[in-house]
Amino acid sequence: MTTRTRITLAATSIAAMTALAACGGGDSGSDSEDPGTTGSGDGGDEITLTVATFNQFGYTDEMLDRYEEEHPGITVELITADSSEDARTNLTTKIAAGGEGLADIEGIEVDWLPELMQYPDLFTDLSDPELEGRWVDWKVAQATTADGRLLGYGTDIGPEGICYRQDLFEAAGLPTDPAEVAELLGGDDATWEDYFAAGREFVANSDAAWFDGAQATYQGMVNQLESAYEDAGTGDALDLSTNTAVRDLYDQVLSASVDDGLSAGLEQWSADWDAAFQNDGFATMLCPAWMTGPVEERAGGVDGWNLADVFPGGGGNWGGSFLTVPASGANTEAATELAAWLTHPEQQTEAFGNAGTFPSQIEAQTSEEVQSATNDFFNDAPIGEIFTSRAEAIEVVPFKGANYFSIHQAVQNAVLRVDVTGEQDADSSWESAVEEFNGLGLM
Amino acid sequence: MTALHTPAPAPARGNPDPAPRRVGFTQRLSRWDVKLSPYLYISPFFLLFALVGAFPLVYTAYVSVHEWNLLGGQGEFVGLQNFADVLGQAIFWKSVGNTFSIFVLSAAPQLALAITIAALLDQNLRAATFWRMGVLVPYVVAPVAVSLIFGRMFADQYGLINAILGGIGLDPVGWHSDRFASHVAIATIVNFRWTGYNALILLAAMQAVPRELYEAAVIDGAGRFRQFFSVTIPQIRSTMVFVVITATIGGMQIFDEVRMYDPIGLGGPSRNWMTTVLYLYDVAWGNQKNFGRAAAVAWLLFLLIVCIGLINFYLTSRIAAADGDRSAVSRRRTQALIAQAQAKARAGSRAEAPTAPLPAHAAALPDDGPPGQAPPGRTTRSTRDSGGQR
Repeated sequence: MTTRTRITLAATSIAAMTALAACGGGDSGSDSEDPGTTGSGDGGDEITLTVATFNQFGYTDEMLDRYEEEHPGITVELITADSSEDARTNLTTKIAAGGEGLADIEGIEVDWLPELMQYPDLFTDLSDPELEGRWVDWKVAQATTADGRLLGYGTDIGPEGICYRQDLFEAAGLPTDPAEVAELLGGDDATWEDYFAAGREFVANSDAAWFDGAQATYQGMVNQLESAYEDAGTGDALDLSTNTAVRDLYDQVLSASVDDGLSAGLEQWSADWDAAFQNDGFATMLCPAWMTGPVEERAGGVDGWNLADVFPGGGGNWGGSFLTVPASGANTEAATELAAWLTHPEQQTEAFGNAGTFPSQIEAQTSEEVQSATNDFFNDAPIGEIFTSRAEAIEVVPFKGANYFSIHQAVQNAVLRVDVTGEQDADSSWESAVEEFNGLGLM
Repeated sequence: MTALHTPAPAPARGNPDPAPRRVGFTQRLSRWDVKLSPYLYISPFFLLFALVGAFPLVYTAYVSVHEWNLLGGQGEFVGLQNFADVLGQAIFWKSVGNTFSIFVLSAAPQLALAITIAALLDQNLRAATFWRMGVLVPYVVAPVAVSLIFGRMFADQYGLINAILGGIGLDPVGWHSDRFASHVAIATIVNFRWTGYNALILLAAMQAVPRELYEAAVIDGAGRFRQFFSVTIPQIRSTMVFVVITATIGGMQIFDEVRMYDPIGLGGPSRNWMTTVLYLYDVAWGNQKNFGRAAAVAWLLFLLIVCIGLINFYLTSRIAAADGDRSAVSRRRTQALIAQAQAKARAGSRAEAPTAPLPAHAAALPDDGPPGQAPPGRTTRSTRDSGGQR
């Protein structure tokens, strides 16, 4: 077991060294060539820009080749981490090491953006009057600090609709057409109560559960609170024991999940969750745009999936990423230019086609290519149209401060204890969450 | 050899005049060579250890007495506050409990199984190398892949094991809700990976056991089990101590399997299977982002491992001593038997060879040799000691 740790360490250090070498190569290149030539873009100024992303951002080699052609002397290298968690650890570790080995452009997910926003000096200020109006407003607001510095250019967003199994709906005697389903769930004024009521009707007539798990559903609900766990003005944590807004959602989702039996009791990304897609485990789930990929991956061979243009409690956004330029980089100016290019509506439209990441750029969202996009796995659902309409429905940009992640996890743990492991009832599990919260020492 | 050396220092000691001690540079150099060279030969290890072992240890201690944020960097000196904070966190103690539980559940069956497999592999098998390499295969598989496969098997609702349990009419086990069940599941993953590895180490030790001992045991009428317990186990004692200690250190540091056991990887909603290293990881890179506290956890873990190592060493050396008496008797007896048997078989000069090592062996066992039997080797050593040093 010690050996294992060493292997991990060795692998990490090799990875770090490779990254270092990549950056170092770029540095030395520009240093040695600089005195000899003047001006950039005439082939004399050789630099390598590294772009670190995770999962799939939809940036292909062809796309990067195009950039290299347009910008002679610049080589772009793409580093892709396996998961957002890996990318986060990589980023924070290297920042802790003084920024050594960071890529010129680092992809960052909105969930771990707040903790980095505490240290704006670590990143280049990307604000650029020319780019105003490129993104939906709230996307820009998420990456803007109190004093107006823009830390990241938005890539994709996660507007949520409802994915559902039309075959299971039919078997339970519910409508199957997307428009009718949207109406069943409450249409434009859908509330969570509408969603749960339809679920009660469904489970009465079916063996399957209504949704995958309380944890995922709660995630969709809490993302509609303007400031769930922290004071939006001061950034201070709100006392969880007296946080009635969160407690209400918690009670609501758990009574629907456990008392009404709507939940399949699954934790997202667990082995059980994966298997449930093949076992008709549940009929609906909250579906951010990027979720269509994972669903198709797990539910291959299952025919009945469809997507309804509706979301309970108003619109909601789940996830989405940014491109940042760490201030410690050697070529921050060139990197900023590349980041701006990558998040240009044209490239993001292409990325949407490549990886299903729904663009955060207004122009890209309205482009013909995005608007006409359909997904054959979801029975040819017009995903471009639906997610555009879902993005427009987003009214609330939740405030997420530096401690959002920790507090949210404490509550999610409480939800899991009731819905998945069943080791506690809702009340005692809430008490444990409050205890966990107090242990964070934020009050 | 020692006998040849002993007279040399004696005259030097006897002569009170220091003048003749003056020696030429070449001579001095050769004396330095004798004195220093061995240290130089082993120095690469210690230099490397100082760099990658001792320095991090000391630096971690330095970090542990400071406020130290992952992103913010070094803060104020806070003394032992970080240690107090960690010891005051209930999750730390829960993680220590989990670590011990998983360790015991993995180490004990693992060693028992490893030694059994090693004993079986030690027999005359057809295609022995194939089987021997076979037990190493689980160790070669990437830990993450192992965890993924076992994660599927130990899933609560659609897991393979619960499906089998359901098939034979038993209730499914809550692998992710029951604390003990989760420890059993994780210990299984650990055992899968490490049993073969330990088996190979033990096998190597078993191969070194003199075959005559088994022949003698057979002549004594010992069956397979008796041979195993009375010959094999005592003979591979030191290797077992090694395996137990490495298994202990590894068990205290278990990380991958636990991290991969659930999607969030922090020991479940109630931290039911969060181990101390996972807790350390969470403190440093997770929610607290507090390197100071994480360093304190690292040091506490280090002290814990040292403590357990000492207890382990004490226990195993006691067992070793107890076993030593027994085996010494049997070994002497078996060797006498070998001598007898071989003397009977081929009388003449051949019989001398087996008898020759007998006194040397007896001398090697410090407390067993009766005083009268003290062989010449021993006396020379004591003369050298008194002559050379004083």
